Amino acid sequence: MKTDRRNFCALSAGALTLALAGNRVATADGHAVEERIAEFTGGAEAATGTIELKAPEIAENGNTVPISVSVESPMTADNYVSEVMILATGNPLPGVATFKFSPMSGSATASTRIRLAKTQDLIALAKMSDGSVFSDTKSVKVTIGGCGG
Amino acid sequence: MANVKPRVKVPKKAAAGDVIVIKTLINHKMESGQRKDKKTGEPIPRKIINNFVAKFNGETVFEVGVEPAVSANPYFQFSVKVMESGEFTFTWTDDDGTVYDTAKSIEVS
Amino acid sequence: MTQNPLRVPALIAGLALLLPLAGQAGPDENVLTIEDQTIGTDVPGPEGGPLDHLYSGWRFRTAETQSLQTDDFENPAFTAVDQAEELWSTVDGAAEKSCESCHDDAATSMKGVRAAMPKWNAELGKPHTLETQVNQCRTDRMQADPWKWESGQMLGMTAYIGLQSRGMPVAVQTDGPMESWIAKGKEIYYERVGQLDMACSNCHEANYGKMIRADHLSQGQINGFPVYRLKWAGLGSIHRRFKGCMSNIRAEPYKVGSDEFIALEAYVASRGAGLSVETPSVRN
Repeated sequence: MKTDRRNFCALSAGALTLALAGNRVATADGHAVEERIAEFTGGAEAATGTIELKAPEIAENGNTVPISVSVESPMTADNYVSEVMILATGNPLPGVATFKFSPMSGSATASTRIRLAKTQDLIALAKMSDGSVFSDTKSVKVTIGGCGG
Repeated sequence: MANVKPRVKVPKKAAAGDVIVIKTLINHKMESGQRKDKKTGEPIPRKIINNFVAKFNGETVFEVGVEPAVSANPYFQFSVKVMESGEFTFTWTDDDGTVYDTAKSIEVS
Repeated sequence: MTQNPLRVPALIAGLALLLPLAGQAGPDENVLTIEDQTIGTDVPGPEGGPLDHLYSGWRFRTAETQSLQTDDFENPAFTAVDQAEELWSTVDGAAEKSCESCHDDAATSMKGVRAAMPKWNAELGKPHTLETQVNQCRTDRMQADPWKWESGQMLGMTAYIGLQSRGMPVAVQTDGPMESWIAKGKEIYYERVGQLDMACSNCHEANYGKMIRADHLSQGQINGFPVYRLKWAGLGSIHRRFKGCMSNIRAEPYKVGSDEFIALEAYVASRGAGLSVETPSVRN
């Protein structure tokens, strides 16, 4: 399967070092990313801490990158995490998934496997039941194989 | 897609108040809408699982709004606090409207 | 040129991240345990063979990729295995038989089958691969249509059958009628081909453990096939992998199911004799 993603990967590998820990606002997708964040937070300022996004530092293949997210919360009826949104800032479309929790979740943790078109930053945003928002960012280096394989 | 088959892993038993871990996997190509047909150059239309819902005794406990960046054969792992015995139902919704589902019961003491 | 102050820390971070890649050499020391069963991933090489020590490709992958294979629920190949388990007892073809009609419980009847493939078949006058064996059953005994080599059914069924040998050592016949096939496979293995003028041995014998760009080269062992490759987002056969390697070195690949690939499969299997079957494995 020679996908467009492959081409993206090939291009990005050439600029491996420069693309690392990049300034996300400066990317072509910056606008779409900002829009998605604004829509999610409703204008609330995202604080750091409380949420932890786990992703590999180096992904062997961008087709299947395991990630997980966990948010500190008592998860009671009046104090819980309502949603966590994951964004991939370097993908053609930044949206990845939105996890919707409930007090019955017991623990605000979730894992999935995602596609990354190239080396980039991932953003996770958690919205609490009181409307406050927390975020975490992780850089993932996406590698490509030997002879372009 | 031929023969879409969900897999779920739910503990058979738990104590009331336990936070259990549930794992789900479904075989689906997750055509992102970003690829082009190699021969014709035409874009291949998007066809993904766009939503996943887990309910316990009829009440939604966890839901995922899924976008094309989720890998083929989508995998979700999450937690649920169980207070009583009952049945989990899981549904995956395809872009074409097809709903795939499965159920698992748990005995809570 | 004025330097963007943001670039400097980015560059340093980049160099720091590249170091672990550059420093990585040889297989890691991790132990593969699947569903509480420890699977041997290194053994001494067969006597007289080119490798002192054999390592499963699992040992060359990142921790994240490795962990996908340690739990049959996490392993994405198992949706296909589940489907094949149903196919095993599904009647198909004019003879109104299923696999189960002749072979009963796969857990018993298929144990060891993968470990001995390719296997000489006197009637055929050549070795059977697992794929050709399945299809012979389908056409001759079930009077059903054969499956395509790389079809979902064939990959699922070969994964399901292979799983019954998981943990057993690869042990292919190399003498008698197999001798000439192994010799032919060996010739192909060491023959430089394609625009890059490379043989299998250049990467998988002389340079395993090193990085080829961002990829960690393995010994190219086939004890885990069919394999779920993250790149393919699905299962693929040994011959598909051979084909991919040949395309990558800009050579005209042999055809899937060809005598050349059957010979190469037999030879590569013999190079991995003693390694445990890991089917269905997960690789990058």
